[in-house]
Amino acid sequence: MRITCPLCGARDHREFTYKGAALPVPALDSGVAEWDAHVHLRENPAGPHEELWQHAMGCGAWLKVRRNTVSHEILAVELAQDAGLVIKEDRS
Amino acid sequence: MAETEMQLAAKSPCAGLLPLTIGDVTLTEDTPAAMTLIAPYKGQEKPLSDALNAAHGMGFPAPNRATGNAEARAIWFGRAQALLVGPVADPKLAAHAALTDLSDGWAVVRLEGAHAEEVMARLVPIDLRPQVFKRGHTARTELQHMMASITRIGPKALQIMVFRSFADTLVHDLKRAMEAVAARG
Amino acid sequence: MRIAGKGLVSHNRTVNFSFNGKDYMGLEGDTLASALLANDVHLVGRSFKYHRPRGILTAGSEEPNALVSTGKGAARDPNIRATQQELFEGLAAQSQNCWPSVERDVMAVNDLAAPFLGAGFYYKTFMWPAPLWEKLYEPIIRRAAGLGALSGAANKDPYEKAFAFCDLLVIGSGPAGLMAALTAGRAGADVILAEDDSRMGGRLLAEVEEVDGKPVHVWVAEALAELEAMDNVRLMPRTAVTGVYDHGTYSALERVSHHLPPSQSLKTAHRPRECFWRIAAKASVLAAGAIERPIAFRNNDRPGIMMAGAVRAYLNRWGVAPGERITVFANNDDAHRTARDLVAEGVHVTAVIDSRHDAPDSGEFPVIKGAMICDSAGRHRLESVTIRSVNGEEKLQTDCLAVSGGWNPSVHLTCHMGARPEWNRELAAFLPKPDAVPGMVVAGAANGVFSTYGALQDGAQAAITALAGIGTSVDAVPLPEASDAPYRISPLWAVPGKGRAWLDFQNDVTVKDVAQAARENFRSVEHMKRYTTQGMATDQGKNSNVAALAVLADATGRSIAETGVTTFRPPFVPTSIAAMGAGAEDQGFMPQRYLTSHKASLQRGAANIEVGLWYRASYFAKDGESTWRQSCDREVTMVRNAVGVCDVSTLGKIDIQGPDAAKLLDLVYTNLFSTLKLGRVRYGLMLREDGFVMDDGTTARLGENHYVMTTTTAAAGQVMAHLEYLTQVVRPDFDVRFTSVTDQWAQFSVAGPKARDLIDALVDEDVNSETFPFMACGAITVSGVAGRLFRISFSGEHAYEIAVPARYGEALYRLLLERADPLGGGPYGMEALNVLRIEKGFITHSEINGTVTAFDLGMQGLVSKKKSCWGKALSERDGLMDDDRMRLVGLKPVGAMQALSAGAHLFDPDATVERVNDLGYVTSVGFSPTLGHMIGLAMLSGGPDRMGDTIRLVDHTRGIDTLCEVVNPVFFDPEGGRVRG
Repeated sequence: MRITCPLCGARDHREFTYKGAALPVPALDSGVAEWDAHVHLRENPAGPHEELWQHAMGCGAWLKVRRNTVSHEILAVELAQDAGLVIKEDRS
Repeated sequence: MAETEMQLAAKSPCAGLLPLTIGDVTLTEDTPAAMTLIAPYKGQEKPLSDALNAAHGMGFPAPNRATGNAEARAIWFGRAQALLVGPVADPKLAAHAALTDLSDGWAVVRLEGAHAEEVMARLVPIDLRPQVFKRGHTARTELQHMMASITRIGPKALQIMVFRSFADTLVHDLKRAMEAVAARG
Repeated sequence: MRIAGKGLVSHNRTVNFSFNGKDYMGLEGDTLASALLANDVHLVGRSFKYHRPRGILTAGSEEPNALVSTGKGAARDPNIRATQQELFEGLAAQSQNCWPSVERDVMAVNDLAAPFLGAGFYYKTFMWPAPLWEKLYEPIIRRAAGLGALSGAANKDPYEKAFAFCDLLVIGSGPAGLMAALTAGRAGADVILAEDDSRMGGRLLAEVEEVDGKPVHVWVAEALAELEAMDNVRLMPRTAVTGVYDHGTYSALERVSHHLPPSQSLKTAHRPRECFWRIAAKASVLAAGAIERPIAFRNNDRPGIMMAGAVRAYLNRWGVAPGERITVFANNDDAHRTARDLVAEGVHVTAVIDSRHDAPDSGEFPVIKGAMICDSAGRHRLESVTIRSVNGEEKLQTDCLAVSGGWNPSVHLTCHMGARPEWNRELAAFLPKPDAVPGMVVAGAANGVFSTYGALQDGAQAAITALAGIGTSVDAVPLPEASDAPYRISPLWAVPGKGRAWLDFQNDVTVKDVAQAARENFRSVEHMKRYTTQGMATDQGKNSNVAALAVLADATGRSIAETGVTTFRPPFVPTSIAAMGAGAEDQGFMPQRYLTSHKASLQRGAANIEVGLWYRASYFAKDGESTWRQSCDREVTMVRNAVGVCDVSTLGKIDIQGPDAAKLLDLVYTNLFSTLKLGRVRYGLMLREDGFVMDDGTTARLGENHYVMTTTTAAAGQVMAHLEYLTQVVRPDFDVRFTSVTDQWAQFSVAGPKARDLIDALVDEDVNSETFPFMACGAITVSGVAGRLFRISFSGEHAYEIAVPARYGEALYRLLLERADPLGGGPYGMEALNVLRIEKGFITHSEINGTVTAFDLGMQGLVSKKKSCWGKALSERDGLMDDDRMRLVGLKPVGAMQALSAGAHLFDPDATVERVNDLGYVTSVGFSPTLGHMIGLAMLSGGPDRMGDTIRLVDHTRGIDTLCEVVNPVFFDPEGGRVRG
């Protein structure tokens, strides 16, 4: 597998580490139910899936990768910092 | 309070391991006077690049590029950071960037020779052939199992950096690859 | 029999070799197979199951029969295909699967027992009684199984792996591959041309015909010369592309020195046997050609029965006639060329037996149409065949039978990403599914285009199509003139009749076996494969798969298209584990990280222990100490009574700067760091998002916006990635920068009642309780070097960590020891460090094992109520705060000198020792010389509420069963007076 890092270019997957689904992060104080859903109740689609990878052995950037879990086709890669997954503001 | 004056002896990361020549490829250690990680703060990329130019004569490098020359080089070192190799960083740069002294954090070696790229092809999963990886190009990648920074510093010369504590393994891995390439003749 | 002057071998250069201990002579350019045939050696091995005599069947890497071993001792290579092994001076090869010799093999009795050894034999026979499996059946089967054998000794031959990159990878160098490479190469594309054979040219090397008005091998030589002259083209002979992976990644196996005599010189001692390539190609052309398939008939496995295309290859490429009276048996026009070429060289062709009634006539040799061969005879070599036609059966004396059941395009690589090939009735073959692999275009015989001209044209077009797919426009190149004869075939898979007709030669699978599988309801092709083992040998059934499934289709009344093929998976050719694992043996398995104090430690008698990738001193043996425990006890006592020095540089150190540095720390740690005073250090705990503890450590505030965080050695990388995640994904608005400075600083713990004396005398600054109180930090100068001093302790003693840039690490370590010696101090290692921290109840990753919460560790007080932090929400889940959770306690044996062990489980003394009564487990133990007995830390259900209780500790592995008292995990100096003193 090869992933095109927006900074480094196409690289072998050995340089990357996988975290999981790329989901918007709940507010820290949004309570157990919302965090439980965020951490444990995730979709497992057969098809396009947005996920977080880190170019750990390369530039260190976290990436949001849109990947087809059936064909492994990579449909899009962007820097996670620009992907709008940022934590929601605390309610308090 | 110390009662005696003496100087602690310094030792380079590859002391006792290099130089090494196998076939037409030579591996030597470089010991730059200073290495400083420069990580610009938010919105400071431009002022930092100007300050870097004023202080050390090179701009802040774009991704995968190195600026400057053999005496003072700024090597792109990953997302939003560069490594200034050579001079001690001008403290004025601290107004625009986090400066971290890494003079002792990385082992720096130079692999040089007609078959240098073939040696690297045994260890590094990126294309380092001169027509692709040209002078002024740099990459953060892995060498065998180690995080590495690789920079072309000459037509047949590459600079390789790994964390200091990996120096022994770096030399071991390079030596093995140099022997295999040389043995093919 | 060699034909003088014929072929592409050097007739004036002889090469000596031996086979099964007998000396022979071959020619330069020979393979072992061609040289054996030239010497009239036909019996080369014994079959896997029935030990039937077998000869050379093919001329390529698909060879099922002619497997030999080369080399001696640890360097022995089993299962080398004689058809691929190039001859070199002194080559010594042996037959396999036979004893005492290939001519007189005692295991051939299996063949007599054949009626009992059919498909499914193992499954039916070795079912029960079950206990016999391990003791009796498996050892017997194991001994009988496998063709070649390894020596059992570690192989010291060098192997390597390497990476390569290109725009276009061309797989195969026959007419299609050469034309693809020429088209792309002339256009300036970055091309790799990989060829499994030692010599480029593919099928063209085996044929007599004209291309571009020249003899075909002249055209090939000219094309190769042109490619070789191109800087943008890399030729890789002896390189089989073995696998296709996502996004243009290919694996390939290069046989680097199998064709050379064993290394004699120092220079070539490191020459690899094989190189395992990972090739990243933007596009590829698969021009892997086709593999000829046999026709099954009774006794069709006798030495001397070969593929028609192979007979032609031995004749035209190697100048060898594999017999003196050769017969051809075919169902297609292509095989007639074999007869034609043999006759042209004066070799007697008895007849071409063609199953088709409309087979072409020839004036040069007799053609018997509508006939089949139904049996063969001969002991270790073919002597006659039986022809069945409308006139009945008749015997024909012949010493070589060239068989062709048609050609199977080599579609294997197109299936590696899940695609299935499609049946083509006209060609009676499976063709690759279009676009089976993104970026790959299939050309030539692999694509069912069998004529030379068709392949040249298809190859050129494939290169243009493949490069267009990556946005490179390429001009068409002029196509040379060549033969464009049609490929005519009428399917024939198996000749009906009694007796055993072989499909899979390597695994001894017959037509009957497949039919039996179908009868027993193993109707799916995947089930048939596993039940009969057809296609499961080292050749992966390259000759037999299609015929076997055609027989299955017939037996189940389905069409071939409905029956389908089994799954083709990598590797395409057998690949040695040594090649795939190259570079990872011995020291290459994982990197070694060495401390600056490494050499000095060894000089002080240190024994090393691996901690992650780091090598740390475990203990320092002094004269008179014969066990590690003696050294450890002395070192603990030394720290408690005087002063000890320990290299703690392995702890992760992360330099954090920026206006939002404090905000990041408040997010990542459970406790507050924004309130930490400048020049002070604080202990912190960080959680994973699911609320469990990730890591712990101290963080020092060096400046208003400048901190240095320490992590545990084990979690340094994880914490760094976590900080990157928090600042890039969760809070990209934070203006904060950080980097690892673990290797920049050499850091030493100086611990013990005399630590201050040592430090104060060493550094330029005054070090006392005012300037450096407990948990203070600051800049110092030591012997002219700027460093840092932290008043922190992991031993419960008055202690410091002193840090200098790593280049001075060794010198400072030696100086510290030199100063410690007169104080009654010295170095201490990991064992003592561990005992010291257990005595204080300090945790490590033995306790932070991924299943514990701050509450479990008794550290809920560290989770600030004034702020939220990462992981806090889920740490407050129901069940994570229950009193009966397994929580940290101390253990000490009831009665002195009892052993405790880490990993032991805890039970109520009255309860039975079984899973349901398990109350917890021991995480860390050590002998405390301070207290005079073993001590331990444990996670115990409701632990803090059981203080003073007696608990039973059971470790079945080490045979320990003892009673313990549950105590406070802080065994020593619970008030903490020593650390502050």
